[in-house]
Amino acid sequence: PADIISTVEFNHTGELLATGDKGGRVVIFQREPESKNEPYNQGEYNVYSTFQSHEPEFDYLKSLEIEEKINKIKWLPQQNAAHSLLSTNDKTIKLWKITERDKRPEGYNLKDEEGKLKDLSTVTSLQVPVLKPMDLMVEVTPRRIFANGHTYHVNSISVNSDCETYMSADDLRINLWHLAITDRSFNIVDIKPANMEDLTEVITASEFHPHHCNLFVYSSSKGSLRLCDMRASALCDKHSKLYEEPEDPSNRSFFSEIISSVSDVKFSHSGRYMLTRDYLTVKVWDLNMETKPVETYQVHDYLRSKLCSLYENDCIFDKFECAWNGSD
Amino acid sequence: MFVRGLKRKCFDGEEDIEGTLAGIKAIPSYNLQRQSLLDMSLVKLQLCHMLVEPNLCRSVLIANTVRQIQEEMTQDGTWQMINTQSTGQASLDRLVSTDILCRSSREQAEGKHVPGCSTFNKDFEGDQAQDNSETMSTVSSAQAPRNLQSNVWEMENPQENKGNFQKSLDQIFETLENKSPNSVEDLFSEVDNSYYDLDTMLTGMMSNTKMGHCDGLETFSSPTTTASNSNCKSDLNELDHIVEILVES
Repeated sequence: PADIISTVEFNHTGELLATGDKGGRVVIFQREPESKNEPYNQGEYNVYSTFQSHEPEFDYLKSLEIEEKINKIKWLPQQNAAHSLLSTNDKTIKLWKITERDKRPEGYNLKDEEGKLKDLSTVTSLQVPVLKPMDLMVEVTPRRIFANGHTYHVNSISVNSDCETYMSADDLRINLWHLAITDRSFNIVDIKPANMEDLTEVITASEFHPHHCNLFVYSSSKGSLRLCDMRASALCDKHSKLYEEPEDPSNRSFFSEIISSVSDVKFSHSGRYMLTRDYLTVKVWDLNMETKPVETYQVHDYLRSKLCSLYENDCIFDKFECAWNGSD
Repeated sequence: MFVRGLKRKCFDGEEDIEGTLAGIKAIPSYNLQRQSLLDMSLVKLQLCHMLVEPNLCRSVLIANTVRQIQEEMTQDGTWQMINTQSTGQASLDRLVSTDILCRSSREQAEGKHVPGCSTFNKDFEGDQAQDNSETMSTVSSAQAPRNLQSNVWEMENPQENKGNFQKSLDQIFETLENKSPNSVEDLFSEVDNSYYDLDTMLTGMMSNTKMGHCDGLETFSSPTTTASNSNCKSDLNELDHIVEILVES
């Protein structure tokens, strides 16, 4: 069903929570303000706005459907009264602007209340229109559409700390976009082999460093993380740092690689650490140490003995996200 | 757990049938389990949703698993063994159920320990015939990956085998990359292209489909060949759909 939520993202203050679903819709929830009368309501989120972000499309060249499912949502840092977010499906990224309207002008000279032109002969005096309060209306408009940048399925988007650029990553490539320019993007990572038959590894997630606008990380299906510096070269195929934990020989099986595939990577707010999620664990990495994570948490280790069944019913390919506490 | 610890050379489940709880259901041999995993993986790779592009990450992970198994089987010499057998046609119900495949480590822990590597050769030769037929029936009964496996079986040289298997894997990847064009081309490769008449094309496709599923020896290797449990009718519907798209565009 189209209601299944496929992605969730808080904005930077936590006041707004955006969800994307399989039907291409985005629903934004807003936190109830604190109230002395009803202290228990604090923290409750109610629907603030709903809009259709993506529609299903058909690629005629390949005779394939392009799903409207929202893969990721990322909020832009708020720069004025309006809120902005990026939402993406498999192929197209869109920038949406969310504005509130709670006043409207009344008392036009040329138009009446319904907007019809007045008979000028009835106008005897001039008035200045005044703003009168109205029921809150939330308006969402598409401001940019970043299309045709990706051959493969987009799995992550990340806004840069410079607030001007953002990147989008698909299975084999990562592109750098400027938020104001939709007809051009720069390819900064390309791991597609010359011969597709040699393909053994794909990009699974990527994120910009929260403070250094030249640094970003991307994770792979083999469980490795690569930190790249955009100052090094235009095409960041050579990583600056490679984070990889050697395989535990006592746990080795035919499924070892599959469960080591990293499904999400997030920088801590300080930028000193990274959080990664693979099938059974969550790991905290120190950017200064490439050989192993500093912390490892077993999320559902009881599934380790059921990997074969999970492989059979495809659940082993499920992807999970991870997130840092706001006060990390 | 399916496989734990270092690669085991020899684990014959039948040795464990000795009155323990695990003995009531025979623990399948490691080779059998591995073969079933291989079959399952090949089926997964071939089952592509016709309308939406398959998930590349998933396909890559499955293909890597298949390669891993294949490499291990080549090292074991199991690969060589399979090819010297004739390709019989076994019925569907000989397909090893995944219940056997996914027996928990609990049962294995209850059973005997794996015989040491030093006894491998002796045991292996003794049970070779038995093990072969076990493996063979499993392999031959999986219809969907048949077109890959039949390539393999025809070869006697293990080196060529490996190449052929690799080639089949590569075919899958190519198909995954250029999804529809290839599959549609493969579909029509058996059809005489001089006829652009829709009826003739459909007839050609239908006869191909029938052969593909009721005969056993594949004539085309497109990923639209679905798993053994689907019937001709659903395939015909899928093929009709493809033709529709092709004709419209």
